[in-house]
Amino acid sequence: MIVRELELDLDAFEGPFDLLLTLLLKEELEPAEIDMAAIVIAFVERLAERDELDLEACGEFLVLIAALLELKARALFPDEEAELAELEPEEAAEELARRLAEYRRMKEAAAWLAERLAGERDRYFRVGPAPIAPRLERRLAPQDPQQLAATLRLLAEPPPQLSLAHMSLRFPPVSQFLERFRAVLRRRRRFDFDAEVGSLSRVDQAVAFLALLELRKSGEISLDQAAPFSPIRVSRPGVERGSEWIARSA
Amino acid sequence: MDRPLRLITANPVDQLARTLEALLVVASAPLSIEELAQAADENPERIELALALLSDRFREGRSGIVIEHVAGGYAYRASREAAAACERLFERPVERGLSQAALETLSVVAYLGPCSRPEIARIRGVAADSAVAGLLERGLIAEAGRDDGAGGAVRYRTTPLFERVFGLESAAALPRLDDLGESAAEIRERLHSVAVGKTA
Repeated sequence: MIVRELELDLDAFEGPFDLLLTLLLKEELEPAEIDMAAIVIAFVERLAERDELDLEACGEFLVLIAALLELKARALFPDEEAELAELEPEEAAEELARRLAEYRRMKEAAAWLAERLAGERDRYFRVGPAPIAPRLERRLAPQDPQQLAATLRLLAEPPPQLSLAHMSLRFPPVSQFLERFRAVLRRRRRFDFDAEVGSLSRVDQAVAFLALLELRKSGEISLDQAAPFSPIRVSRPGVERGSEWIARSA
Repeated sequence: MDRPLRLITANPVDQLARTLEALLVVASAPLSIEELAQAADENPERIELALALLSDRFREGRSGIVIEHVAGGYAYRASREAAAACERLFERPVERGLSQAALETLSVVAYLGPCSRPEIARIRGVAADSAVAGLLERGLIAEAGRDDGAGGAVRYRTTPLFERVFGLESAAALPRLDDLGESAAEIRERLHSVAVGKTA
């Protein structure tokens, strides 16, 4: 039987004994977490499975488990180590007895509780949730009621009425402007388009411009513009641009 | 006759008992006499009188609901004869699977609390971390401050739920610690006899 390969199934560890030792020595596992009694029971059970007593295994196990117990004791009572080391054997025995008695009493108390729990199994009661925690109050900066009312009034105001006037535009006939420009040219040799239509609405101006293009297409007028966006000069065809011409002369 | 005829006179204690019934049915934890007195706006003596009336009305064998004195107060519970039906309806997450380690830890906290994990570990000889975490999760113990000094360990005490689960009127209903287990003298005797046997 090889002690190192003893398989353990403890609360804090599951695996072979030698891995447990390695983890403890590397301090990756707390000795306090390990239930030593469970290791001893596992070993004794394995031992009992065999017909003959393996003294060599027992010896090895004793050495290892003793070392582990010492490790655990040191971990559990780090501060008391020095204090306990100074105790006389009699005092140490007394201390041990005191502690054992303390633990024994707690063990008995645990047994009493277990018995009590079993006896109370048929007592059912409602376990309510914890009392509702008071809600956190959201604190706002101090507000002026008048200002708040004014802001609300602004929000409550109906939006301005949208104008739909452009949806029903009335276009004057192009012919109206054809006649008008022909009449002007009968009276004068040339005129300034912008000055002629300046007092009209945008729609009328647009229709007047169409009439202008119409007259130009039919060769009834000549058009002249000194630069983009400068006034459009309208004249009878064949009329030379005179030196006396001044913008907006009409 | 000017005054209307009244065949049954309302008994004020009976009326108070009805108020207490209502208070107990809305409470999710046992209510103490003081709490009941405050809520019912009555003096504690009359509360006790009304409770006695209620305890008789809601007792085992007479009602499916029973009033019990538990965890420092009064509360309703199901009658024991309805336990089988309750068991089919409810789980018992608080009590289920309480290990020996958990029960020992609970005992230490119940008797010596408030106490810290290192103190529990010193008595049990095993680290108590997982047992304490399990008991906290079940609501049987709760944090109760820290040990003195900077970085002191968290201390734990048992909760009213602990007393309720174990059916204790209060922590005083636990058996006296001195009555449990062997005394230190007895253990010392036994240690000596083992030592003598070994050397003999």
